[in-house]
Amino acid sequence: MNVEPEPAISVRGLWKVFGPHPERIVGSPEAELSRADLREQTGCTAAVRDVNFDVAPGEVFVVMGLSGSGKSTLVRCLTRLVEPTAGQITFEGEDIVAADQARLRELRRHRFSMVFQHFGLLPHRKVIDNVAYGLEVRGMNKADRHARAHEVVELVGLQGYEQAYPDQLSGGMQQRVGLARALAVDPDLLFFDEPFSALDPLIRRGMQDEVLRLHHEVKKTMIFITHDLSEALKLGDRILIMRDGAAVQLGRPDELVGAPADDYVADFTRDVPKSHVLTLRWIARPPVVGEPLDGPELPATTIIRDAIRDVMHATAPVKVMSNGQLLGLVDHEDVLRVIAGEPQPVSV
Amino acid sequence: MTILTADLVPSSRRFDRRWSIPVVLVAWWLVWRFGFGTHNLPNGGPTFIQDWFLRIRNAADAGRDSSPLFIYFFNPIAKTTGSVISSMMSLTTNLGWTGITGIASAISLWVAGWRHGLLTAVGFISFGVLGLEAESMQTLVQIIVAVFLSLLIGIPLGVWAGVSNGFSRVVTPVLDIMQILPTFAYLPLITLFFLIGPASGTIATMIYAIPPAIRLTAAGIREVSTATVEASESLGATKWQRLTDVQLPMAKRTIVLGVNQTMMAALSMITIAALIAAPGLGASVISALIKLDVGAAFNAGLAIVCMAIVFDRVTTAASVRTERASRAGGAASQRTRLLRYGAGIGLIALGVILPGINRSLATFPDRWVHGTRNPVNSVANWTQLHWYGATSWLTTTVTHWLIDPLQSLLSNTPWPVVVLGLALLAYFVGGLRPAIVTAGCLMGAILMGLWPSSMTTLASVLIGALFTMIIGIGFGVWLGRSRMADQLIRPILDAGQVMPPFVYLVPCLALFGATRFTGIVAALVYASPAVIKIVAEGIRSVPANTTESAISSGSNSWQTIVKVQLPMARGMLLVALNQGIIFVLAMVVVGGLVGAGGLGFDVVNGFAQSVFAGTGLAAGLAIVFLGIMLDRITQSAGRSRRTTD
Amino acid sequence: MRRMASLRAAALLACTGVLLAACAGTSNTAASTPATSSSAKPCGTVNIADNPWVGYEADVAVVSYLLKTKLGCTVNISKIDEQVSWQGFGTGQVDVILENWGHADLVTKYITTQKVAQDFGSQGNQGIIGWYVPAWMATKYPDITNWQNLNKYSSLFVTSESGGKGQLLDGDPSYVTNDAALITGLKLNYKVVVGGSEAALIKSLQTATQQTKALLFYFYEPQWALANLKVARVTLPPYTAGCDANPKSMACDYPPYPLNKVVRVAWANSGSPAVNLVQNFKWTNDDQNKVAEMIANENMTDDQAAQKWVDANPTVWKAWFAGTGLTP
Ligand SMILES: Nc1ncnc2c1ncn2[C@@H]1O[C@H](COP(=O)(O)OP(=O)(O)OP(=O)(O)O)[C@@H](O)[C@H]1O
Ligand SMILES: [Mg+2]
Repeated sequence: MNVEPEPAISVRGLWKVFGPHPERIVGSPEAELSRADLREQTGCTAAVRDVNFDVAPGEVFVVMGLSGSGKSTLVRCLTRLVEPTAGQITFEGEDIVAADQARLRELRRHRFSMVFQHFGLLPHRKVIDNVAYGLEVRGMNKADRHARAHEVVELVGLQGYEQAYPDQLSGGMQQRVGLARALAVDPDLLFFDEPFSALDPLIRRGMQDEVLRLHHEVKKTMIFITHDLSEALKLGDRILIMRDGAAVQLGRPDELVGAPADDYVADFTRDVPKSHVLTLRWIARPPVVGEPLDGPELPATTIIRDAIRDVMHATAPVKVMSNGQLLGLVDHEDVLRVIAGEPQPVSV
Repeated sequence: MTILTADLVPSSRRFDRRWSIPVVLVAWWLVWRFGFGTHNLPNGGPTFIQDWFLRIRNAADAGRDSSPLFIYFFNPIAKTTGSVISSMMSLTTNLGWTGITGIASAISLWVAGWRHGLLTAVGFISFGVLGLEAESMQTLVQIIVAVFLSLLIGIPLGVWAGVSNGFSRVVTPVLDIMQILPTFAYLPLITLFFLIGPASGTIATMIYAIPPAIRLTAAGIREVSTATVEASESLGATKWQRLTDVQLPMAKRTIVLGVNQTMMAALSMITIAALIAAPGLGASVISALIKLDVGAAFNAGLAIVCMAIVFDRVTTAASVRTERASRAGGAASQRTRLLRYGAGIGLIALGVILPGINRSLATFPDRWVHGTRNPVNSVANWTQLHWYGATSWLTTTVTHWLIDPLQSLLSNTPWPVVVLGLALLAYFVGGLRPAIVTAGCLMGAILMGLWPSSMTTLASVLIGALFTMIIGIGFGVWLGRSRMADQLIRPILDAGQVMPPFVYLVPCLALFGATRFTGIVAALVYASPAVIKIVAEGIRSVPANTTESAISSGSNSWQTIVKVQLPMARGMLLVALNQGIIFVLAMVVVGGLVGAGGLGFDVVNGFAQSVFAGTGLAAGLAIVFLGIMLDRITQSAGRSRRTTD
Repeated sequence: MRRMASLRAAALLACTGVLLAACAGTSNTAASTPATSSSAKPCGTVNIADNPWVGYEADVAVVSYLLKTKLGCTVNISKIDEQVSWQGFGTGQVDVILENWGHADLVTKYITTQKVAQDFGSQGNQGIIGWYVPAWMATKYPDITNWQNLNKYSSLFVTSESGGKGQLLDGDPSYVTNDAALITGLKLNYKVVVGGSEAALIKSLQTATQQTKALLFYFYEPQWALANLKVARVTLPPYTAGCDANPKSMACDYPPYPLNKVVRVAWANSGSPAVNLVQNFKWTNDDQNKVAEMIANENMTDDQAAQKWVDANPTVWKAWFAGTGLTP
């Protein structure tokens, strides 16, 4: 493996406990209790328990889990909208937990910003003033901030609505305003807390494409929270799965689907059409004795769905290649099994 | 295993709740039966608190010429307020009734629109028609000053209470005391500090009118969606920016509602303020009261009602408009706004110029005056003559079957058993906290040295609350189900809420004599309107499809009411009960004027005789204790019901 | 938006202008003070407390009418309770109380200790306190007006408030009363029930008269309500000096209370002719009842009633002007 670049944000041993005397819980035997037992015995809720991860610059990092699993709390700890109980958060080499209020404000004004599930727009301000709000709190003058806001409004496709009030817009458009407000301050890191779960499916898909497009255009690091697996798979370079406050598994989309760490993750991924997520690497098998080896070659990173046509049309099993080496074979049977959702034979 | 316990715990709790309260009551009754009259506390047991109050009062009295506190603090406040009020009063006489009506209508037009501008004009002309132009203007000036000062103090404190949990916790009990402590209990003290006259009247009014301003501002700030607050925080807004950009603008509507409540509270104090020489409509009510002139008192009361209705409707409409305007932006077109401003300025100009042209136009024309005194007096006399038989029967019956037994149960049971019994009841109704509060409050009443009075008053208050609920549910269901009934009855309810109790004191005395029941009846008149409104609101908020599904499955009206609407409105019914109790409690002192005895009489006595000033204050505090106790019990009942559902 | 703001500012400005104009009007009218009469010394301002009962209002009506019309005084009338009135001596806001019923505690505090007030002598009225029944009862039960027969009739007076005994109704707590001690001392099967206000007393009397209901009650003269309502007094054992020494138990009637005036010391030394008039003010129960009745029953304003009485009784009030430097 090559040397990794310095992570954009790095989290170590992060805890957040709500309730009386939360600091007593971390590190005590009680920390080992299940969340329900902990609440029963101490009245405290461990919303985030001992979470570790790094996010690389430019990465889209998705956090997912059931409702109540601590996703929102986690992301709020990262920006210190909620004070973490224990742990370290390092943002571009700087210790976030140690930052004082002034420094924190500085970071929020210039380095990271957030998009919220319920938009959090100011109903008494026009779209343009909502978008410019982050610049206004910085103290930027009106002409400059409106100029910048106009740019961003265009970027999110809201031109023509600058003078409207939030109540006059649809949900999807309101969230575009939220997005524009976050982008206007030109942050290094964007946080999304289930930004699209209040929108209906069609608009949601459009907004997801919008985020992908923006990511492509502005190359921001993004931490994206969702409880919708298909959204996670679509957007995420890597996905962190949480349950009851703890991290259960962290990996690329195909890793989660192909090798779920436990039943919880497996349950999550059960309904995902595996052929849409897994690559050929996951189903390539050693050749059986006597099998023809003259089939077409395909790279191991090909998504199964994209390989179906080739496999089906080929007269011999397809050869799965990685770095010029034969990884294994894939034939009609193997592909159909994946599509039918049957368990795979042992993978390579 | 988990399933088992999960199933068992609530059902055993349900068992507890169903039987525990009757068990406590039966045990209590047995103790009463066999321990009758033993271990009673006399009135005036521990009196050190009363003595202490009296000493403070006397010290203030003696030190008022020499103490710098008076020379540099209280006296200047009193003098400034007094001179502001008197110069504003002469301003109103100079503007004349046309000028005042013009200005008031124009302001309403600007803040609330055409219809409310018209309503204001009609309301202000009605003062003259009732023959009370001058008195109404005096009252108006004092209300404006009191409300202005209340908001000046209340809104910033409310903002503070809205953003700081610590301050909110400190200020809440203080506000409880300010709202429950009867004004009578501290009225002589106020004149001692702020002198006799409109200044003291204003201060007394403010003590009662500031709490709603604080409470509603704080509520408005707290109501602002956390998403928006968080959003501004995530962009790095400072606390101040968050307050001015997000919280205040978004709380505007609730704050304007607070202005409305502050005005209503101020209006309800004007008769009391009249007892310390604040001039105006309140003085008219009092002077009619001492002549037992029901008609004249009613006439002045009606002017107060008119003023209250104008204030209420205009501020409510203004609050709705702020909301709409701030959300939709330019809802009204430029032209209509221009028209509104123009019309307003025209109205003012016309109103001010008319008396300038001819000085006689400044006073309301005599031939337009049509007071309601004489017709009301004939109705009152007729009623008294013909209903007395029925009402005196009612008095005796209710006293014999309800008031006497309950009062005896409370006063003749050994006091530790009463404290224990009430605390247990509070526990089974609401849990541990209200039980502790109950025990604490009762010990407070004992500490005040006023146990028997407290028990007399408690009995009356409980029975008053019971009747209020019966009336409230009866009428509330009717109003909630019928739009027409609602439109018909609502103005009467509004009038009942703001009509000063001193107006119906004499008719109540005429019909029910100087008895404890009269106190209850007066409390009913005062408390029922609010309770009826809350119950009606509860019935109306039951989702239509639930009611429809009940009707479509064949329930008749009675079944729909009893099985669907009332149970579903239970939350609101508990709110109604809570408010009913607080309102009934507010009338305890008025009860003291009509023979109800108890703490109310102690307060009145303290007001009348300086040697009992300490006792009066102590009785006022005992009323506060009872109020906090009953409030916390009913509130916790609402909460615990909701959580077990 | 900007235009709207400037429009609003214009509206505000216009209002302010109007108010300023009105203010200017104020000072103009204030300058034209009422013409003073031919009195030698200037009278100045007199602050009179107006306690809440009609008889007192009659005192104030007549005295302030004379002060205003004959001496050209400015009269401030404060409608306040007795206790608050006395406080006014301390704060300098009350100069005169025209009808004082006893109040030994307040006398001690403000006259003896603080020395801010002084007794200004009798005002002529006699407070006659006693027990009364409506007149119809005295006709129907002629011996009821003797206290010795009260126990015989106690069952007539049972009410919902009296706990099986006869009810003796009291009024405003500030009024002088020995009733509980009297019941003990006279061994009566009665209980004091406190009505709490004068209104409660008078209304009960009205009802008892109108509906022929039994009522035994504490009452007093001078009293305007007695013009329409006929009552009979119950004779109690006569008053002798010291018979009311024991506050727990007494067996004698109330003595007549001479009602007096109380004034602020500094005002009494001010040299205003109003001081002489107040000092000389003295009339009878009949005089007061007449004026009070006009105010309460004939719906006259205080000034109308005062004028009518002044016109009819010149000999009475002319004597009050001795020492004022004015002979009307
Ligand atoms: N301010 C708070 N005080 C107490 N407990 C809290 C607080 N905020 C969150 N919790 C608890 O922490 C746990 C995690 O909450 P969180 O909001 O982070 O979940 P989530 O994964 O974002 O859920 P959702 O998908 O519903 O948004 C929950 O059990 C919640 O009840
Ligand atoms: Mg969440």
